[in-house]
Amino acid sequence: MSFLANIIAALIGDAASDRVVPSAGTSARLTIFASAAIAFLAVFALALSLAAGRVAERWSEDLARSSTIRIAAPMAEMEVQVAAVLSVLAQTPGVVSARELSMEEQRALLAPWFGADMPIEFLPLPRIIDVTGDAEGYDIEGLRLRLSAEAPNAILDDHGTWRSALISAAGRLRLMGYVALALIFGATVAMVTLAAQAALSANVQVIRVLRLVGARDAYIAGAFVRRFALRSLIGGGVGTVAGGIAILLFPNQASAQTVMVGLGFAGAEWLWLLIIPLLIAFVAFQATKAAAFRVLRGMP
Amino acid sequence: MRSIQGFRSQVFDAARLQQITASGIYAQRLPEQGFCVIELQDVSYGYGHGSDLILSQMSLRLAKGSFHFLTGPSGAGKTTFLKLCYGELRPNAGQVRLMGQDSATMARDDLALARQKIGVVYQDCQFLDHLDVAQNIALPLYVAGREITDAERRNLTQLVTWVDLRHRATALPPELSGGERQRAALARAIIRDPDVILADEPTGNVDWDMAMRQLRLLVELNRLGKAVLVATHDLAFIRAAKKQVAARVLRIVGGKLQLAGADL
Repeated sequence: MSFLANIIAALIGDAASDRVVPSAGTSARLTIFASAAIAFLAVFALALSLAAGRVAERWSEDLARSSTIRIAAPMAEMEVQVAAVLSVLAQTPGVVSARELSMEEQRALLAPWFGADMPIEFLPLPRIIDVTGDAEGYDIEGLRLRLSAEAPNAILDDHGTWRSALISAAGRLRLMGYVALALIFGATVAMVTLAAQAALSANVQVIRVLRLVGARDAYIAGAFVRRFALRSLIGGGVGTVAGGIAILLFPNQASAQTVMVGLGFAGAEWLWLLIIPLLIAFVAFQATKAAAFRVLRGMP
Repeated sequence: MRSIQGFRSQVFDAARLQQITASGIYAQRLPEQGFCVIELQDVSYGYGHGSDLILSQMSLRLAKGSFHFLTGPSGAGKTTFLKLCYGELRPNAGQVRLMGQDSATMARDDLALARQKIGVVYQDCQFLDHLDVAQNIALPLYVAGREITDAERRNLTQLVTWVDLRHRATALPPELSGGERQRAALARAIIRDPDVILADEPTGNVDWDMAMRQLRLLVELNRLGKAVLVATHDLAFIRAAKKQVAARVLRIVGGKLQLAGADL
């Protein structure tokens, strides 16, 4: 609590200590601009991470509940095996629905490869049965064993291979988002440290005089820390608002069928945006404080 | 410029000094007359690593109420000696004690606190050029890290008036003449009622009349119990001072500190 109080007190500060350190207009503008740019990028990295998480979750749920049975039997046995499979599925606990795909649905599935006009009726296509399970799911291995007995040409595909690959990809995408966030805040530390060191070096004579008239290190550092933290907070706020607006204006990808479906924030996730400028200001606060005390320790 | 007596009665009058003595730094840190505010013991110093010493085995006790002049030719090490006295430099050998504490082992905050009790008139004045004259004079009050009290604000106004800089209060340091800079530097050195005043060539840029006014102020502050050490090569100034105050005159010769004799 006292830590937070110290930060608030440092940010509020006093006019006198701000006055004794001359302000550098260019440095101030650059710090605000860099903070704004960092916050803007952080918004997108955060949106990417959250969206990847949502995608992974949705794919995981959707694919876990569905599976497909492919029957590639001789034409004479086809109807019998389809009926046997449907019968087995009807008796399997956890299966909510099972239905055979129509010829039109198969045509739509094959259209990307064969075109919409391909007369697939004359092709020896397997029959496909789409199975949907309930939330608890069903016994995949048990079903596979029963199908091998009742319909030896039926092959159960539970999408496990697809599912794990897609979830893994989404997980990596989310990890990349977090890594990007970490890099962004690392860059903030580097940027603020360099800017603070430049400001301290430019004001080394001022700092020397302040020390000679009895200023404590905390007083001198406070003037710089407050300045950079406030600039970063302002820049971070501007960049976050700009990033939030850009996310809102992002094209709706719901119909695009891409990985980027759902990029953005949903519901309470928007509250994360409040944290970004505060986090940037906090990082600037700590980085400037460390730089200031490092420089001051080298002075008599 | 107003009279010394006028300044004394408005800024460092007896009642105020007594109030400070009873409640503040003096009562806690300087319980007895003659307490050494700054003490150098066998101090040696040389710039650079392994270089020749420019000051060698110097000892000096600046007690409350004492008045010292430090003289010697240019380059003798007078400014270096003063820097050792307020802890800007650390001795190669020996010990410098500020307010009773060894400057070499003092925590940085303690050193800052000690400097708040040392008023220094630097040879080059050391102003912050982006602050006006009044703000520069008030700098020791600003860095205390607290609100300036009404009494301090009144004192500031009176002090600026006394050093005849009221009409220049909002001017920036580069706009001041040499004499004005010296007066402002002296005002800044005493704004916070220091225990000791160190002045490095305070008459370097002022005419004789102004030098005498500064001398009278230093003498007056000394009578209020403050230790005074003035580094100067101006022997006429020292002779004039010795007529007003019982001052010891020290001379740096060949890196050694000597008590000057009647040859002054």
